[in-house]
Amino acid sequence: MTPQSEIQLIAVLTALACALPGAFLVLRRVSMLSDAISHAILPGIVVAFFLTEDLNSPLLILGAAATGVLTAALIETLSRTGKVREDAAIGLVFPILFSIGVILIARYAGGVHLDVDAVLLGELAFAPFDRVAFSGIDFGPKALWVMGVILLLNAAFIALFYKELKLSTFDPSLAAALGFSPALLHYLLMGAVSVTAVGAFDAVGSVLVVALIVGPPATAYLLTDRLAYLLALSAGLGAAAGIAGYWASYLADASIAGSMATMVGIFFFLAFLFAPNQGIVAGFRRSRAQRRRFAQHMLLVHILHHENTPEAARECHPNHLQEHLRWNEDIAHVAIRSALRDGLIEPRGELLHLTESGRQLARVTMVA
Amino acid sequence: MSLPFVFDFTLRTVALGAAVLGIVSGTLGTYAVLRGQSLLGDAISHAALPGIAIAFILTGVRSPLVLVLGAAAAGWIGALLVLTVTKRSRIPYDAALGLVLSVFFGFGMVLLTFIQRLPSGNQAGLDTFLFGQAAALLPRDVAVMAGLGFVALAATAAFWKELKLLSFDREFGASLGLPMRALDVVLTSLLVLAIVIGLQTVGVILMSAILIAPAAAARQWSDRLGQIVLLAALFGALAGVTGAVVSASTPRMPTGPTIVLCAGAIVLVSLLAAPRRGLLAEAVRVRRDRRNLRELGVLEDLFTLASQHPDPFHPHASVVLRTMTSDPESVEPGLEGLSRRGLVRLVRLVEGDGWALTDRGLEDARREFVGWKGRADRAATGADGSGS
Repeated sequence: MTPQSEIQLIAVLTALACALPGAFLVLRRVSMLSDAISHAILPGIVVAFFLTEDLNSPLLILGAAATGVLTAALIETLSRTGKVREDAAIGLVFPILFSIGVILIARYAGGVHLDVDAVLLGELAFAPFDRVAFSGIDFGPKALWVMGVILLLNAAFIALFYKELKLSTFDPSLAAALGFSPALLHYLLMGAVSVTAVGAFDAVGSVLVVALIVGPPATAYLLTDRLAYLLALSAGLGAAAGIAGYWASYLADASIAGSMATMVGIFFFLAFLFAPNQGIVAGFRRSRAQRRRFAQHMLLVHILHHENTPEAARECHPNHLQEHLRWNEDIAHVAIRSALRDGLIEPRGELLHLTESGRQLARVTMVA
Repeated sequence: MSLPFVFDFTLRTVALGAAVLGIVSGTLGTYAVLRGQSLLGDAISHAALPGIAIAFILTGVRSPLVLVLGAAAAGWIGALLVLTVTKRSRIPYDAALGLVLSVFFGFGMVLLTFIQRLPSGNQAGLDTFLFGQAAALLPRDVAVMAGLGFVALAATAAFWKELKLLSFDREFGASLGLPMRALDVVLTSLLVLAIVIGLQTVGVILMSAILIAPAAAARQWSDRLGQIVLLAALFGALAGVTGAVVSASTPRMPTGPTIVLCAGAIVLVSLLAAPRRGLLAEAVRVRRDRRNLRELGVLEDLFTLASQHPDPFHPHASVVLRTMTSDPESVEPGLEGLSRRGLVRLVRLVEGDGWALTDRGLEDARREFVGWKGRADRAATGADGSGS
């Protein structure tokens, strides 16, 4: 494999691994815990590194993952005291832990491979240089293996606990009543997020882990109502953002992780505007159609009310509608045109008359 | 410490800048925390990064005012996007925050890598905006910070009543005919201002903590908005000055994290030691309440025995009291406590020790239980005294 395709593969695996637990974070309204965890694992990594003095040690991942779960527990404990709200607790705990990590690195790990820029940004571009080799045989980049294993773990976790996760996400009280422990599931999920964040740390850095965890599921949430589709769509969108981001960074010669996050943002924005049901444009269309239909029905009822009466000559004249229905000219035109197009009214001489179907619709509208 | 602090020019600049930063973010952070928008600051400060980069790309100069304006514009757009996305779609608030902060930050990183390749890019030193660098503060930076900070504080003071209404009872404010949405925009803009003031010192990653921590600490000490704001400003300044001076005078000590740890220490002390809301005060209160309740129970049982005996001061064995309560273990410590307060006394008799009410104990018990017992008994028999 060329380094280029290796980087893209790592990006895709990272995006997939992030999107799976991310979907549940978004649905459970705890997205910001991913921000907290991805920052707070830093001291865990640093301390584990001081203990093992080996950046490749699996202890690093375990230490960091433990810190992640600890962070979630600390936030929970702090907000349980009732002294600070949960969002303030999040905003207090993770900067403090992250600060400890940054200071430890700056003071004691200068010159080692751990540096602060890498923490924030990751260095996906260098990932192909760090390879796994056994007895002289090259097995590909280490990051590929790490993210692959984490992806499998996440997929297994979600497959195993799919029912439980689904229930406790959408109906936590029913889940608790049926005997599933919401706390256990919550911390398992936090553990999955922590492990994913540690693994993705190297590749995309702590801030951009958040983009991959929150972004694709939030985008998918605008596109579907079904959990299974949401998971699949999140994964697909994440992978697409990974590849598109890689090529954008290649063309612009810029940070890969930054470009991936930008792509996540662009995808979300497109969905926000153009999603078939949830999008802004769709909402705008819907309300316009509703307004038009309402105006059309008003017109039909108005004509029904006045046809064959002495006032019909005035009331059913197109130019007088705006006056009698207190409409402005635009709405009157729209209503007349759409009613003509739908064959609900027909012009006879100067006046508007209901067709048979128009009369029926007007009667139905009156009854309803 | 005090001599270099006064005479060293750099340290004085740094301390002054950090004080401004702490006061302004403490003040406006209070509103963010009280309104449940603690994490909005995080999104705004991350969102400011591309603004700084774009301002630098457009002007090519590292002038503090230009960069701050760029940061403010981008931060403001970020906040607006969070609010728009939350309002116009079903995306939850926290997901909108996470999205805006990470995407803007990522885009900012793209721009920073772009700047690094510009000829002027190397001396831009824009990466100090990630974690802040107190030692790099120049007098002109501090002048800009102080000017903007003055604007922010003056606006807060000018709209004091309105902002109070906005934070605590928005509907009431609206019913008074106040333009609450416009005030919301004003307050969010002030928050943005407070954040961009601190960016160069604390950095985009940790700025939000400087908003939240002083306010969260101040909240523990008072229930009044005025006092909380003043205390938060004080705590903010304390954390800012301590952190910035320590960082500027210690090699390899990044400023943002140092200030955050100082602020964190203030929060910890406040959570533990604040007089009424603090955890220690609460623990003491709970202990005292529990002890009072225990003693009250024992006193009542002893009083019940006393009122069934011809001599109200007749001593009763604690074994008897133990049979009267659901928590026998509470009897001995309860009696000890009551005897310390002079309400019961230990009487040593040949057939064993007993406990008797004292004069004051009987009086207290009558006051405490007779009225209540009388009412309870009447309620139980369904009579109201006068009718029976």
